Amino acid sequence: MFGSPATYTGDKLSCIEPDYTKYVDPKLIRRMSRIIKMGMAAAMETLQQSGIGQPDAIITGTAYGCLADTETFLTRLVEFNEEHLSPTAFIQSTHNTVGAQIALQLGCHNYNNTYVHRGSSFEAAMLDAVSLMQEGEADTVLVGAADEIIEKSHAIIRRFGQYKENGHSSKLFTSGTSGTMAGEGAAFFMLAKQKNENAIAELKDVKTYYKTRRSVANIINNFLMENNVPVEELNLVILGNNGDAKTDAHYNDLAQKIFSGKRLMGYKNYCGEYPTSSAFALWLAVRMIEHGKRLNNETSLKKVLIYNNYKLQYPSLYLLSVC
Amino acid sequence: MNKNVYIAGIGVISAIGNNVAENLASLKAGNAGMGEMQRLQSSHKGKLPVAEVKLNNEELCKQLNLPAHISRTALLSTVAAKEAIDCSGIHINNYRTGFISANSVGGMDKTEKFFIEFLNDHNSGDLHEVVNHECGAVTEITADHLGIRDFVTTVSTACSSSANSIFLAARLIRQGMLDVVVAGGTDSLTKFTLNGFNTLMILDQEYCQPFDDNRRGLNLGEGAGYMVLVSEKVVESMNKKPIVKITGWANANDAHHQTASSPDGTGNMLAMKGALKKAGLTPSDIDYINLHGTGTSNNDIAEGTAIKTLFEGNYPPVSSTKSFTGHTLGASGAIEAVYSVLAIQEGLLFPNLRFATQMKELPFKPVTELVQKEVKNVMSNSFGFGGNCSSLIFSKL
Repeated sequence: MFGSPATYTGDKLSCIEPDYTKYVDPKLIRRMSRIIKMGMAAAMETLQQSGIGQPDAIITGTAYGCLADTETFLTRLVEFNEEHLSPTAFIQSTHNTVGAQIALQLGCHNYNNTYVHRGSSFEAAMLDAVSLMQEGEADTVLVGAADEIIEKSHAIIRRFGQYKENGHSSKLFTSGTSGTMAGEGAAFFMLAKQKNENAIAELKDVKTYYKTRRSVANIINNFLMENNVPVEELNLVILGNNGDAKTDAHYNDLAQKIFSGKRLMGYKNYCGEYPTSSAFALWLAVRMIEHGKRLNNETSLKKVLIYNNYKLQYPSLYLLSVC
Repeated sequence: MNKNVYIAGIGVISAIGNNVAENLASLKAGNAGMGEMQRLQSSHKGKLPVAEVKLNNEELCKQLNLPAHISRTALLSTVAAKEAIDCSGIHINNYRTGFISANSVGGMDKTEKFFIEFLNDHNSGDLHEVVNHECGAVTEITADHLGIRDFVTTVSTACSSSANSIFLAARLIRQGMLDVVVAGGTDSLTKFTLNGFNTLMILDQEYCQPFDDNRRGLNLGEGAGYMVLVSEKVVESMNKKPIVKITGWANANDAHHQTASSPDGTGNMLAMKGALKKAGLTPSDIDYINLHGTGTSNNDIAEGTAIKTLFEGNYPPVSSTKSFTGHTLGASGAIEAVYSVLAIQEGLLFPNLRFATQMKELPFKPVTELVQKEVKNVMSNSFGFGGNCSSLIFSKL
């Protein structure tokens, strides 16, 4: 991905989709909307890599839910004046469909929950996972997030002035203009209480805040202090700037004040901006740590911090270390 | 870890009342909330009965001092959450307080209006009507109105949503992350859900008859329910001590079908069993089960069979209060949790209205009259699409 990342022009970054038949029963794929397929594929790949066939819990986050199915049912409802409707789109439109379909495919009767809280949907899923383990109710948790762009939701959000007119993903962070580029995606993780031979990284901590009055600098410093990790020890900081000049100032300010001299990177040039994009950032961080483990040299990452703050209302932090 | 979590306050708005006192009065009097559609503008008006909250949006906005364009789902939520806090008498700003809400379709009541104009022209339709479409946006209107920001989130697992928000609240308090949590859920009637359930052919054209052999389906309802859950430490500072605590909860998945329950109620059984285990109780300790009891052929046989297996020889009194409120979807778990707390506080078992014929597959039938007796442990069941099954247990101190 870093060698020659896909580039996008315009106002959105659509997912590069895999051959879903590798992950899901082809008979079922036909009826599934894109978000369900994306979620299933990411979840199944995670399960395969982890070597854990049946997790003790499945927890998902999504801000918008199954937009395509919602839109299909709503459009027919309006156009046919509440007549001649079929139930398929409706029954797949519920927000827990991705988590439910994973459980169905695995025959997994364990805990299953879904969080739908805008820019902290994935964080809520992660917090539930950690809390469930702390409670002794799960040793392994499959946790992930999925959100999709559909034509109509994109048209509506564009009217709120959130997107660039002529964006270019490779110049996203240097455009100096207002607005960002839309994104979408699905990412899943297997969290385990005990380290197994497939473990890639340790999730030291995750925290999220809602419209807090505290300064973000203060929140970040406290977060690092609580985890006994001084800024100097961080090998990489992944930031959630999205190319919108209005909000990027916030991240630039932190870069100067707290992370001066640190190796910093943005990630939304790869996935675009969406409420659960921090799941992509976490996936990216884990992949980079894994790569470093293989190289096993002085460039290998040991500690990585992720900071995203969707619409500057949900400051969220992740601290990872190699294990 | 064995920390108690107490219920310090409750709030509810539904078709049988705009607050706890009105709901309790209707439950005691046996007054159901279904009727002909008044507020919802649907072509099914006159054909499908619904259980509407009697206040219209203008009245709700005026009561709360909120702007008129706000989703009815958020208005119902705010009314009930406020009542729960007032009832507790707790100054929430003195504690680490969270708001954990739930709903199934967010601001869909407004989005479906917006969509009519939007479909004609993508540049038309009032954006105010779609700005709160997301489930989380509905929660934030209430959280911001209440001034809660230490932790705010939203659960959405269809019809079990607000049972899940309540057990998350209990768990986070036990773990010391929060002192006080206002938890529950809300949903208003929408054409989207009405037509969705109608296409599944599980809506009753008459008033529903849960757990009856001749049941025909469910009636949709609307409303919101919340409870204030508090830690041991908070209780110490309270003058009026709570008498109910949440002792058990569990979530399990049926993993059978996206919408239908397995015939033997595998998920239902696992949820009830898990909640009993968590509470350290045996089936014979349960004094009353507030059923999920939608009135559909599939739910009631699955839930009934699971109870038959788990409680064999020891069937506690059961009833579905959906025979009063209709199925309020994302709010139902919380509304019924509020009723479960009332059952303990008031020493009452609520009747299952319109019951006529016992299901031939089951060796028990629901309570059909109001019963006064001491109630120590209540189980409340909530099951949703995607096989999502949750059970909560409330106990008397």
